[in-house]
Amino acid sequence: MKALRKFLDKQKPHFEKGGKFQKLQSAFDAVETLFYVPDKVTTSGAHIRDAVDMKRTMIVVFIALIPALLFGMWNIGYQHFLSLGESSDHWTMFLYGFLKMLPIIIVSYGVGLGLEIVFAQIRGHEVNEGFFVSGLLIPMIIPPETPLWQIAIAVAFAVIFGKEVFGGTGMNIVNPALIARAFLFFAYPSDMSGEKVWISEMGDAISGATPLGKALVGNLNEMPSIFEMFIGTIPGSIGETSVLMILIGAVILLATGIANWRIMFSVFAGGYIMGLLFNLWGLNAYMEMNPINHLLLGGFAFGAVFMATDPVTAAQTKNGMYIYGFLIGIIAILIRVFNPAYPEGMMLSILLMNVFAPLIDHYIVESNINKRLKRMKLALKN
Amino acid sequence: MSTTFIIKKGLDIKLIGDAEKTIVDLNANRFAIKPPNFIGCFPKVLVKEGDLVVAGTPLFYDKYRDNIIFTSPVSGKVEAIRRGAKRRLLEIIINSDGKNETIDFGKSNINDLKREAVVEKMLTSGVWPLLRQRPYSVIANPVDVPKAIFVAAYDTSPLAPDFDLIVHGQGDEFQAGLDVLTKLTEGNVHLNVDSNKTTSKVFLNSKNVQVNKFSGPHPSGNVSVHVSKIDPINKGDIIWYLYPQDVLTIGKLFLTGKFDATRIIAFAGSEVKNPKYYKTFIGASLKNMVYENTTDGNNRFISGNILTGEKIEKDGFVGFYDSLVTVIPEGNHHEFFGWLLPGFNKFSFSHTFLSWLNPNKKYRLDTNLHGGVRAYVMTGKYEKVFPFDIYPMQLIKAVLVEDIDQMENLGIYEIDNEDFALCEVIDTSKTEIQSIIRKGLDLMRQEMS
Repeated sequence: MKALRKFLDKQKPHFEKGGKFQKLQSAFDAVETLFYVPDKVTTSGAHIRDAVDMKRTMIVVFIALIPALLFGMWNIGYQHFLSLGESSDHWTMFLYGFLKMLPIIIVSYGVGLGLEIVFAQIRGHEVNEGFFVSGLLIPMIIPPETPLWQIAIAVAFAVIFGKEVFGGTGMNIVNPALIARAFLFFAYPSDMSGEKVWISEMGDAISGATPLGKALVGNLNEMPSIFEMFIGTIPGSIGETSVLMILIGAVILLATGIANWRIMFSVFAGGYIMGLLFNLWGLNAYMEMNPINHLLLGGFAFGAVFMATDPVTAAQTKNGMYIYGFLIGIIAILIRVFNPAYPEGMMLSILLMNVFAPLIDHYIVESNINKRLKRMKLALKN
Repeated sequence: MSTTFIIKKGLDIKLIGDAEKTIVDLNANRFAIKPPNFIGCFPKVLVKEGDLVVAGTPLFYDKYRDNIIFTSPVSGKVEAIRRGAKRRLLEIIINSDGKNETIDFGKSNINDLKREAVVEKMLTSGVWPLLRQRPYSVIANPVDVPKAIFVAAYDTSPLAPDFDLIVHGQGDEFQAGLDVLTKLTEGNVHLNVDSNKTTSKVFLNSKNVQVNKFSGPHPSGNVSVHVSKIDPINKGDIIWYLYPQDVLTIGKLFLTGKFDATRIIAFAGSEVKNPKYYKTFIGASLKNMVYENTTDGNNRFISGNILTGEKIEKDGFVGFYDSLVTVIPEGNHHEFFGWLLPGFNKFSFSHTFLSWLNPNKKYRLDTNLHGGVRAYVMTGKYEKVFPFDIYPMQLIKAVLVEDIDQMENLGIYEIDNEDFALCEVIDTSKTEIQSIIRKGLDLMRQEMS
């Protein structure tokens, strides 16, 4: 390890101001800090600091995503062979999915990190680790058959217009990964919906429609069982199908305290309550569907655990988090059931509430301010 | 006795190197008063190098409040007047003659004195600067009448000195000091104690003051926490605050007529071989504490605690208000894949390192920043160590954009930078929150004066 440290120390001057590669300083810094926690010490304020930093935070989210990712890879293979009517062993299925997934992940990271490094260099910042997670989220929320060039454009759009125009990670209004998904959805609708895109190199042994697609057109008797929905052996976006794997991720995020339980809990609560309300109303068969199914289907669980909890774009006040999460759950189910164009409402619901989160916070903070003013008036009276 | 206030939010950072409860004489021969310890003070020097002084001799005064004077803690010779960039006065160093001669300001019966006489005596003797006010933590203004005075009789910060030990056997002096304080306010003098740890009769049997009990993790010992629970600061309110050793000095001034700057200083931290308490005077040199009693490595010497203290040199001087010197290792080393490993030995408030499975572990922490500065990403974390009805992130952002109305609305008068120390420690983005808040407070002070 000492040799690596020596090598980095030797190369460092070339990348600093006045060195021959000074334009690559951000890139060098990103590589150096990847291997080594910097030797910087505290200069003002508290003399010690918590060991946690942005890299640590992001790696934990990354780890939380891995169960769903691995299952997603397997499921790509499983759905593929199922549609061909062939049977195959698990390793073959996984390998098939892995090879399908790898180029998508490489494109996502290549384009995204490339742009991040360019922007960091222009701004004179260190490279922010935010895309470390976004770069994995994007491949997991798209159909396996999405063309690579579309992914590249979507990632570039998300990084530039979803994040960097606002000032970079931490300043963005809406979730960049969802921006990429929304971009694909609206720019290339034919490649992002319908019955053909959810299964890789699909055969014709089964219909390729997702359960949500079926539900929307009223084919409720073709729905998979609750067990299948929970385990995730159904067609869908790569990472979203297995609620079990997503819950493992949720446990990791909650145990480490990185995601906020208030948001996660209230998204599920909102979705369940909206499902119950529809049951009471019961105009058609879809509205009478068991609310649990809503929580298990499509991107609901994935969105609740990994998307809604993004600390930058979510509401940031305690009470605001409950309101924000609850409304995401309600609106997602509302869009699903009532909007004929979108079988899945989670993406639009989270994007919408991302936009409203600052407003929710504003009113919560305002009530704190009013409390303070009231206290002062009371004191003046006495 | 009133009810116990239970503080739930906060964090006790457990460090190795707690001071053993024995007190020895320091025998320091150099002392210094450091004007930068006094926020907002513009010092005008009254002595020259080589002048002979005794305890109570004026050294400098505040240009904008010229009745506030700062006096020598010991008798001896002015060794040096050190200035920094732009001729800013850094410290006035006194070489002690060991005789501890003092000016006699005259004994007085506290009960017979009027408020004006009390203030006058405190000003001329140089004990007045021990009284500070909130908001802003500047030295109290003699023309103000505070709505209450707060004495924190315990400290919850890491490796904090034990005030029970420090005041032991000085009940009369302490009570005299409290009696003086009751003359200065129309409201109450609040003596705040820890409901479990405070056992000293000196505190618990205090008269003419209201004793309040607190419990909970740091920052439950901070003045702002006490104020927020007992008598919150509204816009325009002023409270004064001080600590037990300050009360003793004030009490002794009125009982004996002398400026007794005696201080008992805890010398603690992982790099101290025999952590213990030293008896000396305000502004003592570290030299005799450090000598053969610290490890050889590259260490950081801190006057005060690791959260809010001031970085000083190995042969530097204890700060005016401090009762603790902490020594911890510097952390200027690279760590291979430090952000990736399981981290059984890492201190973290987050549960992202496996060390959270062992919450009672005591740490030897160094000064490494553990990462680079980032934008604010992890939200909703500061609130967990911030026991105020204030939104910390929103207040920090209001300060950053210098929105004075919003800072006021969000409660900047009720807090001090020390209250944000834990937020700064646990901050994933490694931003310097205390200095941001200090800037906000300074800005408000300028706008409001």
